[in-house]
Amino acid sequence: MIEFELNGRRTKVSADPATPLLWVLRDELGLTGTKFGCGIAQCGACTVHLDGKATRTCVLPVSAAAGRSVHTIEGLSEGGEHPVQQAWVENSVPQCGYCQSGQVMAAAALLAENPAPSDDDIDRAMTNICRCGTYTRIRRAIHRAAELTRDGSGAVAEDASEAAE
Amino acid sequence: MRGVTRRAFLRTTGLAAGSLVLGCGTTPETVWQDRKLGDERALFDAFLAIGTDGRIVVQAHKVEMGQGTHTAFATLVGEELRVDPRRIEVVAAPISDAFGGFMDQSTGGSTSLLEIWQPLRETGARARTMLVEAAAERWQRDASDLEVVDGSVVDPRSGASLSFAELSVEAAGRRAPREVALTPRGEWKYIGRRGVRVDARAKVTGHASYGLDVRVPDMQTAVVVHCPHAQGSLVSFDDEAARGVNGVEDVFEVPGGVAIVARDTWSARSAAARLEVDWDPGASKGVDTAAIRAGLVAAIESDGHHSARDDGDAPRVLDDAQKVVEAEYALPYLAHATMEPMNCTVVPGEDGCDVYMGTQSPMIIQDAVAHELGLSRSDVRVHGQYLGGGFGRRFFADMAAEAAGIARHTGKPTKLVWSREDDMARDFYRPPSLHRLRASLGADGRPEAWEHKLAAPSLLPHMVGDTGGAVVPQWMRGLGSALVGAIARKLPDWAGPVLAIEGAHDQPYAVPNVSMQAVAWDPGIPVGIWRSVGHSHNGFVVESFIDELAHAAGEDPAAYRRSLLADHPRHLAVLDRVVEEAGWGRAPAGRAQGIAVHEAFDSVVAQVAEVSVDGPALRVHRVVCAVDCGLAVNPDIVEAQMESAINFGLTAALYGRIDFRDGAAVQSNFHDHRMLRMADAPEIEVHILESDAAPTGVGEPGTPPIAPAVANAVFAATGRRLRELPFELT
Repeated sequence: MIEFELNGRRTKVSADPATPLLWVLRDELGLTGTKFGCGIAQCGACTVHLDGKATRTCVLPVSAAAGRSVHTIEGLSEGGEHPVQQAWVENSVPQCGYCQSGQVMAAAALLAENPAPSDDDIDRAMTNICRCGTYTRIRRAIHRAAELTRDGSGAVAEDASEAAE
Repeated sequence: MRGVTRRAFLRTTGLAAGSLVLGCGTTPETVWQDRKLGDERALFDAFLAIGTDGRIVVQAHKVEMGQGTHTAFATLVGEELRVDPRRIEVVAAPISDAFGGFMDQSTGGSTSLLEIWQPLRETGARARTMLVEAAAERWQRDASDLEVVDGSVVDPRSGASLSFAELSVEAAGRRAPREVALTPRGEWKYIGRRGVRVDARAKVTGHASYGLDVRVPDMQTAVVVHCPHAQGSLVSFDDEAARGVNGVEDVFEVPGGVAIVARDTWSARSAAARLEVDWDPGASKGVDTAAIRAGLVAAIESDGHHSARDDGDAPRVLDDAQKVVEAEYALPYLAHATMEPMNCTVVPGEDGCDVYMGTQSPMIIQDAVAHELGLSRSDVRVHGQYLGGGFGRRFFADMAAEAAGIARHTGKPTKLVWSREDDMARDFYRPPSLHRLRASLGADGRPEAWEHKLAAPSLLPHMVGDTGGAVVPQWMRGLGSALVGAIARKLPDWAGPVLAIEGAHDQPYAVPNVSMQAVAWDPGIPVGIWRSVGHSHNGFVVESFIDELAHAAGEDPAAYRRSLLADHPRHLAVLDRVVEEAGWGRAPAGRAQGIAVHEAFDSVVAQVAEVSVDGPALRVHRVVCAVDCGLAVNPDIVEAQMESAINFGLTAALYGRIDFRDGAAVQSNFHDHRMLRMADAPEIEVHILESDAAPTGVGEPGTPPIAPAVANAVFAATGRRLRELPFELT
């Protein structure tokens, strides 16, 4: 049995220690918000926070999580209030949405480390693939999330047209 | 059940085609099966129900794969119900005659909004009218004196109000009005506004459910080790090591490969990695990229062409001409590479079978699974999930037939999961094509003759092989599908590659002599529809060639196009708009501009790409896009679709290729199949032209212009013509 903290709670899993954390989350624990896209850590759809750092889980054995803290998309906030999630909704970032759990986790980790990222910082940190090509909006939403965090307001415009005003 | 009589229900669900298909067993209950809407539900028609708990639910027969259809359904109904679209729950509709025929219940071709534009507003308006009438009757007031505000009917005189929840059952039981008045444009609150997507929240919190996320009790997970050669076969396999993996339940041969069924995904994948297997390439031996190119060359030089356009006498004019511009263009196979790999969950049961997956065409899935399991179609229920990308790939049923075959063997609920390698190796690829164009210019620099020869595999034999059974009634499936299949296989010989010519045979430039000829040639690799289909290659070819003519005539490429589009006001309008917005002719220092304009799926799009070239390094900095898509129901979504289509087309132009060796795809995952990422992506600006016309497509039309706009910019920067994709500047 391997133990780790998952979304703030102590968790035990019975999977073989070599099993990638991705599949332990999805199949054993039923948390399907973290996605499978490539299996070779190229696309980032499987990104979680491991001790606060953005980490791809499709090649990370669950044994590597033992005793550590894991946060998945489901644990990022209670009901979507994280500034990244709010900014993503406000800017209608997701299209098919499949990559977006990973994008949100990567962006949240970036902002935790760097509250005012430049466009170059964003290019370097946000290497997740989006087949729908939402990069323009992801960038815009990261800047917006930084602004929301700075203002501390958490208040989001009701819809994109208000935000544009 | 309370509410609508069967006759009234069916009368009110007339759809886009104007035809009412009355199937046996089509009742409100069957169309709304399994929906739980509080203690009672009021079903207004196949699309709309309002629960006594206040939930407003719309069933969408067009799927959400990122292009915003669910938001469109909510917006159109919400407008007429006077309710914020975000209050409306949109769910995937079941298969039902109530939604029309086979194509009505498929999603693709950038047609969804055009198809639902009228009927879904009528649904909302009808329900609004019935709700008001129900309140009017209760209050003994005139319906015309009442107002609808924020989910309630209100009597302004007395201040009394009744919510939709309180009125819905009574309202839905009323006789539906034969005609309804739609809200005039000047009073729209939601249509035309930049509303937030209704699925955004679910997709940023991990709650949106895709096919790959489905979990059912007692489910087994299956993977298949597939033959890598398109027309190869299994010789032998040794499953001893595979069976030794903890959690593996069974290993057995299936068409095209070996299935491994296990308790969970990783066990299945680990076992697959330990399977020893031998393949025979069969007819795929020697089917390499170079041989495929040689085959297309031989085809284009053959006399097997079919005429797709013949205005005037282009061959004679070209033979007589002093100055002829000639060019050959070539494009490769392309993978769809949806972010969510192919998957399908099949649950056999006493009363038929339930299928869970994201699909662009549930009826094709239903037919394939019914056929595989020997069931009546009506006993196969397809539960559509969100699609992690469609782009045409999820129109096919191959993965569903495979899942059903495994479920038949095991008798257990089966989730089939493809790896990224499986997905890239077993695609219905965008076909390759070879093009030879010639044009002669008159003394005034205008083209007098334009000849386009094209060689490409035809899509139809591959698509119909997979989907053909679904278009005929089940009772005649055996004969019907054989007939449809036979026709589809002969069609390339009779008529050439009919989908491959779109966007080229109808090129808009005013040239008195135009000839287009196309020949189909196929090396036996599966091909299919890929975002913008024939336009994906013809946009590049036509807009590159016209640019070459402009330069041969010594003229500005935008002005040259303009001079040949006098009869095409929509093309002129987007061209003029993009020229203005992009600052055409005033590229920043170190950058060059290229332009392209193309019509696809009834929308017209013009783009200017701004690039810089440094040795072999090509950087696309900025793309300015102008689009005429009729009325923009949600301008924010229109912009998002242009952004998406541009990045999709740019990925193909810069990196996209699938090579073959013995009919096996060479590229296998994202380490050797490069994808556009944040750092590569250009700034994109979208300008939507004002229009009163009905909405036209936005899912695909943004893709065809980007490759030529970039190629034309590279020419402007370097004097080098890029006539082959993906672009290489070594």
